[in-house]
Amino acid sequence: MAETPKRANIWSRLAESRNGLGFLFMLPAAAFLLCFLTYPLGLGVWLGFTDARIGREGMFVGLDNYRWLADDSVFWLAVFNTLFYTVVASVLKFGLGLWLALLLNENLRWKTFFRAVILLPWVVPTVLSALAFWWIFDSQFSIISWVLIKWGLISAPINFLGEPWNARWSVIAANVWRGVPFVAISLLAGLQTIPQSLNEAAALDGATSWQRFRRVTLPLLTPIIAVVMTFSVLFTFTDFQLIYVLTRGGPVNATHLMATLSFQRAIPGGQLGEGAAIAVAMIPFLLAAILFSFFGLQRRKWQQGGGD
Amino acid sequence: MARFEKDPEDIVEEALDVGRHAPAPIDDIVGMEQYNSLPRRILVVYLPLAVFIFVLLFPFYWMAITAVKPNHQLTNYNEYSPFWVVGPTLEHIRYLLFETSYPGWLWNTILVSVASTVLALAGAVFAAYAIERIRFTGARVTGLMIFLAYLVPPSILFIPLAYIVFKVGIFDSRLALILTYPTFLIPFCTWLLMGYFRSIPYELEESALVDGASRWQILTRVILPLAVPGLISAGIFAFTLSWNEFIYALTFISSSENKTVPVGVLTELVRGDIYEWGALMSGALIGSLPVVILYSFFVDYYVSSMTGAVKE
Repeated sequence: MAETPKRANIWSRLAESRNGLGFLFMLPAAAFLLCFLTYPLGLGVWLGFTDARIGREGMFVGLDNYRWLADDSVFWLAVFNTLFYTVVASVLKFGLGLWLALLLNENLRWKTFFRAVILLPWVVPTVLSALAFWWIFDSQFSIISWVLIKWGLISAPINFLGEPWNARWSVIAANVWRGVPFVAISLLAGLQTIPQSLNEAAALDGATSWQRFRRVTLPLLTPIIAVVMTFSVLFTFTDFQLIYVLTRGGPVNATHLMATLSFQRAIPGGQLGEGAAIAVAMIPFLLAAILFSFFGLQRRKWQQGGGD
Repeated sequence: MARFEKDPEDIVEEALDVGRHAPAPIDDIVGMEQYNSLPRRILVVYLPLAVFIFVLLFPFYWMAITAVKPNHQLTNYNEYSPFWVVGPTLEHIRYLLFETSYPGWLWNTILVSVASTVLALAGAVFAAYAIERIRFTGARVTGLMIFLAYLVPPSILFIPLAYIVFKVGIFDSRLALILTYPTFLIPFCTWLLMGYFRSIPYELEESALVDGASRWQILTRVILPLAVPGLISAGIFAFTLSWNEFIYALTFISSSENKTVPVGVLTELVRGDIYEWGALMSGALIGSLPVVILYSFFVDYYVSSMTGAVKE
């Protein structure tokens, strides 16, 4: 102890001041995030400006990757697919999720049981449930085709994942299946914070059930809808697992999302620079979603009577 | 000081109630329901709910029934009803456990998930306490940064991370996953724990300070015992997130013995055009079971961590 008085001094001074202590406590998490999150984020942007390949240092090539991508019809197809996938899946998830949340908010028996069961698709690893969907969407032995044929609605099995538009709708269906529970349970949590008495007061004033939903429930739910849907849009936009399992971007790139195209070019293709450029091209969309969330949160503060 | 006569858990419960569900008066009034007749209720509530439940659960049923179907019944829909199984078999599961590397993948997944969860929780507890209670200069901004970090998706990080992992020389090792999973776990756990710490009354901490406790003692003796529900929530959620992780494991791992369950099942059990659906579905089923079992024991913690992360 006698050898390190100065050191002990620094420690105790650090531990006594608020900022020093805060710094010490933040250190492990901050160091980790700086090394494995902030630095890679910057490195990714840098790699987008280089022609790096796996196992070879890249040279700075300026905007070449982006110029190349601008002329690449597959890239633009992936952008279209990503937007289509995100918009359609999010709208469906929101509609079905809100409906399910309203159903669960009714005074039901077995409510906790239903709630627990409904969240299952969201708990199970995406890749593994996507495998089940792969089997359900099989081109010959799909159970859906079999039932539809039995009912006499179609005459030949549907080629779910082999035709471009069939494949797009099939992956959207699988994504919606997985996303609805998250939206529903989050919105249910929001619904439960709305006092019943408001609804009753509106009913006494003669409001119909649609008016009660439109004028009482929905406005009070808006802030949480904004946040939940931002998360949902963000995760749908950057989806990778589902597509990778079900179609790997096929048929003829019809279901390639930006994330899967970026993986395809960077890892099996070896073009790290180009893959990074595609990933960086996703950032503006993500920023837009985050800003949307931010303003959603702001509005919430204002609604609760906080400062503007 | 009357507060101390209560059980600490009650205090937490109360505090959580105030913090989490701010405007939620307990409301036993049945609302408008008495005006809905039973037939209408069946049509409007129970029927749609039944359809929802059926669609949400059918893939699991299909997974389970395929996992125990003998091969000759698997695609023979004309002679055997596809929805049922005659003479279920454990052949697929036996094949999976004894003739593939599946047990190894299971072990890798457990190891990686537990290690990265512990790592992330350790970092997150200190960070959340510092942001929420030490309130150093810039704590609010740091909290916001943590939230933004949570929004950075793995799909834009995996390329540079692969580059780094390769450079550092831990490519194709479990260590690569243990070190990279906390990138999405730490922000999530910190954000969640900040909410829990916020709900613990200041008075407890102040009285401990007056009694001469150090910050370390306050954290370990006062705050952490009270934040146990939060720690459980964050822990099981982080475990599930790392169990489900796919893109990093796919990118950073190339040899079969280091793969995790999702990657192993997808890359090693699918061979060419011959799909061994029985084995694939057993693999999916067994790979899902640990998280489903964990989930069934901690449903409420799950729901609170999920909605908590969204609501804060």
